[in-house]
Amino acid sequence: MNLDDLTRSTGEWLKGEGLMSDVVISSRIRLARNLAERPFLNTASESDQTEIYRCLANEVTAADDDAMFIDLDEVDAIDRELLVERNLISCQHAAARGSRGVSVSPGETRSLMINEEDHLRIQGLRSGFQLDAIWEEVDRADDAVAASLPMAFDSQFGYLTACPTNVGTGIRVSVMLHLPALRLTKEIERVARAARDMHLAVRGVHGEGTEAVGDLYQLSNQTTLGKTEREIIDSFSTAIIPRIVEYERAARDTLARKQPVRLDDKIWRAYGLLSNARRLSTGETHTLLSPLRMGIFMGRFTKFDVKRWNELFLFTQPAHLQKLHGVSMGERERAIARSDYLRDRLEN
Amino acid sequence: MQCERCHQAKATVHITDTVPEKTERHLCEDCAESEGVIVKHQHPTTNEVLQQFLKHKMAASGRDEIVCPKCSLSFHEFQLKGQLGCPHDYTVFREFLLPLIERAHEGRTRHIGKVPKTADEAIHRQTDLVRLRRELRDAVADENYERAAQVRDQIRTLEGA
Repeated sequence: MNLDDLTRSTGEWLKGEGLMSDVVISSRIRLARNLAERPFLNTASESDQTEIYRCLANEVTAADDDAMFIDLDEVDAIDRELLVERNLISCQHAAARGSRGVSVSPGETRSLMINEEDHLRIQGLRSGFQLDAIWEEVDRADDAVAASLPMAFDSQFGYLTACPTNVGTGIRVSVMLHLPALRLTKEIERVARAARDMHLAVRGVHGEGTEAVGDLYQLSNQTTLGKTEREIIDSFSTAIIPRIVEYERAARDTLARKQPVRLDDKIWRAYGLLSNARRLSTGETHTLLSPLRMGIFMGRFTKFDVKRWNELFLFTQPAHLQKLHGVSMGERERAIARSDYLRDRLEN
Repeated sequence: MQCERCHQAKATVHITDTVPEKTERHLCEDCAESEGVIVKHQHPTTNEVLQQFLKHKMAASGRDEIVCPKCSLSFHEFQLKGQLGCPHDYTVFREFLLPLIERAHEGRTRHIGKVPKTADEAIHRQTDLVRLRRELRDAVADENYERAAQVRDQIRTLEGA
């Protein structure tokens, strides 16, 4: 498997399957780990960083034969951006410098980032609401690496991380939600406030510092110390997510009952624009795709299914679009290429 | 009422002793102070305020200048970047990191989650005990006595080990 193979599929997190997939786009768990007795990247010299990289890359590739390993210092910016768009690495990991890499499992359910903010970040990612399956996979991957490489651990503080906000379990559970009806009924701020009161962070699609484009919101835990991994995961499974999913479904029902014309107009107007426009930005595309996804799950939009929707969402992003065309393009060119792609896919 | 000690100033401090027997005394402020009954409130002098301020400042700057012998990161640099330099920083800056960690993690400062399989048996046991004691507290608070009894037995087994 190589990087170009990725562009032939939509990957795991955008399958549109899994529990509550009408509202939950994907679930993710990541663990932050650092090698014992080594400096964190903040103070590591170039040779320290290379040594940490070599050490972890050997271990990670030996533990997983089928995985694809990518040396991020070797590949070009578009490939790194492609990995960000597929949620396999973070924006910071793509933009950083020096020895760093990522190991991606077949099916893209697991990625191990080397020399991100911490020496190792083990990530599990799946479509819909599947935190239990993800935790099993991530926990196993963590045990495999730690079996031969001692990790920085303290009996009081647990796993030691570069930033004290991740210390303890080093776990970050994130669930990406599609909440168009709550935004239309103007209830989204109330939900976001309630989530913040429960010590959760509410962010856009690509994590920290990104905006919620296309009604996609990412909810993640902030407390990583003094709770078990299971408690943190269970708080999402039993309390938080089912409740928000119910709110969103109720808001969709209310819209369908009380404002069916407004709802259908929103959906079909978006479809009209997507299938006729001659220039579209990624942001506008994702904003227009949002009501269509809701329409598909509500049975009000039947022109295509969620599988096609996922392709449109992923391949209209800058790096995917450039990969499809095989050339590097500026923003204006991309806007034209994006609308051409959409018209072509929507006509056929 | 006049002060019963100096018989000059007005008595403003009234003391009732009950041991060994009930007696009453009425003193002026100065006499009460000289007998050690009260300590008159004194405003600190400007010099004292300045001394205190400098002491505090020195303590703060002393903290900022603490440097980790392993990675050479100072606490001040950590405050600027928000990132620590090496695992040893958690030991070197422990007392200054604690309040920050407490704030970031809902008041919690003790790990009760996963422990590396390769860690000492003592660390595994210690972490399990902390977690179980908390579970016991929660079970009692929820009046779930059946669960509390189970947890208590687990704690006893671990403590006996």
